[in-house]
Amino acid sequence: MHNGWQARTSNRALGRAAALVIAMLSTGCGSLEGIQSALQPQGISAQSIATVWWIMFWGACAILLLVMVLAIYALRRPKPSRLGHPYLIIGGGLVFPIVTLTALLTYGLSIGHEFHGGAAAPAPLRIEVIGKRWWWEVRYRNGPSATPIVSANEIHLPVGVPVEFAVSTSDVIHSLWIPSLAGKIDMVPGKVNRVRIQADTPGVYRGQCAEYCGTQHTWMAFYVVAHTPDEFEAWLANEQRHARVPSEAFLQRGRNAFVDAGCGACHRIRGVEQAFGALGPDLTHVGSRRSLGAGTIDNHVGTLAGWIADSHAIKPGNLMPPFAAFDGETLRALAAYLESLQ
Amino acid sequence: MHASTTAAGTDRISRGAWRAGLSLLLCCVLNACDSTPRVPDHLRVVGGDPAQGERLVTRYACGACHVIPNVKGANSYVGPPLNMFGRRTLIGGHVPNTPDNLVRWIMDPPSIAPRTAMPAVGVSRDEARHIAAYLYTLR
Repeated sequence: MHNGWQARTSNRALGRAAALVIAMLSTGCGSLEGIQSALQPQGISAQSIATVWWIMFWGACAILLLVMVLAIYALRRPKPSRLGHPYLIIGGGLVFPIVTLTALLTYGLSIGHEFHGGAAAPAPLRIEVIGKRWWWEVRYRNGPSATPIVSANEIHLPVGVPVEFAVSTSDVIHSLWIPSLAGKIDMVPGKVNRVRIQADTPGVYRGQCAEYCGTQHTWMAFYVVAHTPDEFEAWLANEQRHARVPSEAFLQRGRNAFVDAGCGACHRIRGVEQAFGALGPDLTHVGSRRSLGAGTIDNHVGTLAGWIADSHAIKPGNLMPPFAAFDGETLRALAAYLESLQ
Repeated sequence: MHASTTAAGTDRISRGAWRAGLSLLLCCVLNACDSTPRVPDHLRVVGGDPAQGERLVTRYACGACHVIPNVKGANSYVGPPLNMFGRRTLIGGHVPNTPDNLVRWIMDPPSIAPRTAMPAVGVSRDEARHIAAYLYTLR
């Protein structure tokens, strides 16, 4: 009687646990859609990682199931049985893990070697990403001797070809991670780490810092735009150009405000003589970027004004001081000027 | 005798306290159910849907300059806080707070106040109606 009640309760509990697991899995699957998911790979590296992940997931499920079945069998048969045989203990406890884990490690290392350049021919395009607190400087280099095109907080690349990423940091350890395209690569002080990343599907993806680096680690993110090769060439050609000189009086007023307030001490705008700074992001084409503050907030004339006036309300602790000295119309002009830098 | 009177008194008090507590709880629950604040007729925006407006406020990142109740990340005091906006008398300190003025302000603030810092951020007329309807629920 008592045993029957216990069995019923445990059956009900088991049912509930199973329902919970199914619910968790299905919500997990629901959130797979999106621009930042290692389980929705859009490049070959990410594809390999996802394959390893699924092998490990289903392998672990199968092993767990087997162990549970054996455990239940052992519980139901209190008398000594064949389960206690030394062959089973050595086989299941030593041989099986050694064989499985060795196979997994060999496979993992082989694809890791592939990502880090291996013996492949040099990639035609090299993108250098430098981690900063808390944003990313991005330099594009077509060939080793070419002068780099400097940009920030958004990485553009052509689809279908491997791109060499050379990552470093100017302060603490950061880690570059674009889950939809590849695994993580650390940015270590005094070192340049290399990884090859290839996007297969044009689209916009999101990446972020994957190594805790201080106050704004959470909002140290970026967008990745994968273009068709033609689109990429057009984008790069535009990025190479100097900032356009505004002809409208209102935008000129914004440009003057930028120069007069000394913004150029920290920010560079190619084509503006007084804007040569290297402490903050290059703003030559800031208006064309999707976000402000490294993925913190969408970029438009309104958020630009808010960011300039008090960036700490949006991203507390960032290294840009609030600029509260502009009158309303000037602030609006300055934001409009920056937005016009496409 | 004395002891039993005290016990009965405590009983009565605790029953009264229970009743008061329950009615208080009921009031709280009923109030919570009525989550749509009543917007007076003169602040009704034709074609404006507050729920869509709330989403648009997030999408346009109005929080880059304004404190907005219950909107995540809207912590900035660059512009005026938007709490109690439904009770605000003037928009931008310039024009009466009417639906027509507010829709116009959201679409193009400098057309009303040329020296304002708030730029036109590309909000369409329909979107402005939704945002206005949302702002009037803040009261």
